[in-house]
Amino acid sequence: MEIHRLEKIWIAVSLLFIVGLIASIVYGVAGVGVGTVGDTGQQLDPSALDDTEFADPGGHWASEDHYVVHVVARQFLFQPGTQEPITVPANTTVTFYVTSPDVVHGFDVVGTQLNTMVIPGQVTEFTTEFDEPKTYGIVCHEYCGAGHQSMAGQLVVVPADAMSQNATASADAANASAVNASTQASIATPEVPA
Amino acid sequence: MTYVDDFPGEARVVRTAFAIAFASIGLGGALGVLQALFRTGYSRSLFSSVDYYSILTAHGVLMALVFTTFFIVGLFTWGVTRSLDTGFRDLRFTWGWLGLMTLGTVLAFVTILGGIVGFIPTHAAVLYTFYAPLEASPTFYLGLALLVVGSWGAGVDYVLALLDWRAEHPDERIPLQTFMAVATMLLWVVCTLGVAVEVVVFLLPWSLGLIPRVDPLLTRTLFWYFGHAVVYFWLLPAYFVWYTIFPKLSGGRLFSDPLARVVFVLFLVLSTPVGVHHQYGDPGLSQGLKFVQMTSTYFILLPSLLTAFTVVASMEHGARQRGGKGLLKWLRALPWENPSFSGIALAGLAFAASGFGGMVNAGLNVNALVHNTMWVPGHFHLTVGTAVALTFMAITYWLLPQLTGKRLRLRTLAAVQPYLWFVGMVFMSNAMHRVGLAGVPRRTSEPQYEQVLFNTPIATMGELHLQTVGGAFILFASLLCFLAVVLSTWLGERGAEPLAVNGHIPEALSGPEHSPRILDDFRVWVALTFLLLLIAYGPPLAAMVQNGLFAPGSAPIPV
Ligand code: HEM
Ligand SMILES: [Cu+2]
Ligand SMILES: [Cu+2]
Repeated sequence: MEIHRLEKIWIAVSLLFIVGLIASIVYGVAGVGVGTVGDTGQQLDPSALDDTEFADPGGHWASEDHYVVHVVARQFLFQPGTQEPITVPANTTVTFYVTSPDVVHGFDVVGTQLNTMVIPGQVTEFTTEFDEPKTYGIVCHEYCGAGHQSMAGQLVVVPADAMSQNATASADAANASAVNASTQASIATPEVPA
Repeated sequence: MTYVDDFPGEARVVRTAFAIAFASIGLGGALGVLQALFRTGYSRSLFSSVDYYSILTAHGVLMALVFTTFFIVGLFTWGVTRSLDTGFRDLRFTWGWLGLMTLGTVLAFVTILGGIVGFIPTHAAVLYTFYAPLEASPTFYLGLALLVVGSWGAGVDYVLALLDWRAEHPDERIPLQTFMAVATMLLWVVCTLGVAVEVVVFLLPWSLGLIPRVDPLLTRTLFWYFGHAVVYFWLLPAYFVWYTIFPKLSGGRLFSDPLARVVFVLFLVLSTPVGVHHQYGDPGLSQGLKFVQMTSTYFILLPSLLTAFTVVASMEHGARQRGGKGLLKWLRALPWENPSFSGIALAGLAFAASGFGGMVNAGLNVNALVHNTMWVPGHFHLTVGTAVALTFMAITYWLLPQLTGKRLRLRTLAAVQPYLWFVGMVFMSNAMHRVGLAGVPRRTSEPQYEQVLFNTPIATMGELHLQTVGGAFILFASLLCFLAVVLSTWLGERGAEPLAVNGHIPEALSGPEHSPRILDDFRVWVALTFLLLLIAYGPPLAAMVQNGLFAPGSAPIPV
């Protein structure tokens, strides 16, 4: 097969370009450590979240320097997130676990790399660290039904010492009651026409 | 002799397919303008936020599935019969598959319409990706299935025509246009197998209540097995035009026939095994798998980069044939007033721009910046919405006279139409990309939230909204020009004037005899495709099926 000299050069340059692109991503993932969600191997029955750690979503310290947040994304709110913000400590490893009892949702913390899907039956796991106290918006960016455009929330990053281990214990209790309230609220969500 | 004289029966098939395609793009365009007005808050009085999703479903289905598929089967019907110089075996079969596609389209469309008008008891506000467990009426899934299965019939017709031709020309190389059409249809059948299984095995029985639950991740993965390759099903017919007709429109001929074949084979083999790059943000799929599929995604840049070379080289070659000189001054020698030429050249330009966006989307981690934001529609309105749609409109100006025997009318409108489309899309898509970078989600009727602030560097949100709406109106004006030209040509008198175009296509500078024969043996390439598919999709699908076909499952949730 006969290939024009210019075409050969173009092919070589193209291949170099492609390898360069891949290398830059490898550097981003391996060198800088910006990854994406993977497979946790965890699956659950979306209609029976009450039997799982998502029965009582919210944040808690898993160890001294590791904070863990469970979030339920449902039509049409994040628990926590929508009715009360998700609060996490700055400069601390934070792991999110997110799942859905109904349809596919999105979980996008606007202005950050935290941008994932939430699929019924699966658990989305994402570990990250926020360097300074700040408030972020969260949006559901996957169409999830008639009230999709209203599904949003907030993530508040506070100084780690403002979330001492003791303080969280009581905050957790507060969260739990807030969650109950929000569950009721979601049942009565008014915006959706029948 | 024009095409319509040589193949009157096939010409009627092509005209019918085109007519349905144009009705879809006209209607879809009107809905697009409504969406732009609603999202940006310019007008929220015509319908409700909830109806927005039925309208968006209709726009997505009409544009991405109906317009493209009908135009493509029509275009290839012309290309195959013209390049082989044989008609189809039995036009009753041909009308059968075209009828099936039409029936499917009507069913799906009426089902969607039911979500807006009260007296039709159906609904399908599930968007054109219909992720379970959101549920549509069964007629929606059935309609889409018929549309797809009908289009397979087109592939059967092309292959049968090729076999008939082969019997009479045992030693010749497959003509390039037929080669491209068959390669594209093979790709189409391979990739639609995924969505066919999703719809026929899972969603249809589930929406009928025959099975109680489906696994949302499994059905989603089957969708994306199809969902990326489908973009090549849209794109390759545009490449077919760029490779085989565009060089002639520029005044020259194709550079290399062998390389064009290599490009199509690469697409056939590589397109489907990369679908997971739409699922970078999904749980339940390993990072390793995502990484491997990202690598193959980047390699699929190669055939597109080769195409870019060929298109530009053909343009330059044509320009120099016409007396063009200089490093860049040759560009002036090109027939910019000919809408078929300018439309394709502008389509190519839009495609080059969108290529850079595509590299961002494909990056495993950079993707998180833009995933499911307005950036994504910004990107694909440049690709399928311009590179493909504008090529299709442009080549219609050249094909329609040959299909009807009538000379193109309203030539001035035709001459400005591609420029209008290009300008409209530059505005709309630029604004979409930028609000997307600020984090504004796609597929949302009211992207304003009390709790969320979107940071738009440089322009304000208000300016970007204005650009979106302005762009949408320019696009719609362009569509109206296109439809006016088509309609008035169609209604014109046959044979009143001699045609200004003919279907003759000059030989390539380097002909097919320079390519290895194995390129024409599709069995090899299909086998290789399935091997790669096994590697790419075997492990994740096997893992999901191991949990049980319907587990972890979800019951239907009507919208
Ligand atoms: C008059 C021209 C057009 C206008 C004004 C227009 C406008 C829009 C707008 C505003 C959206 C909505 C975005 C959202 O809410 O997420 C959209 C989505 C879309 N458009 Fe267009 N568009 C036009 C032409 C096209 C063409 C020619 C195609 C393809 C051939 C196309 C394919 C799509 C698809 C596939 C979607 C996504 C649907 C979804 O996310 O479910 N559009 N368009
Ligand atoms: Cu949601
Ligand atoms: Cu949503």
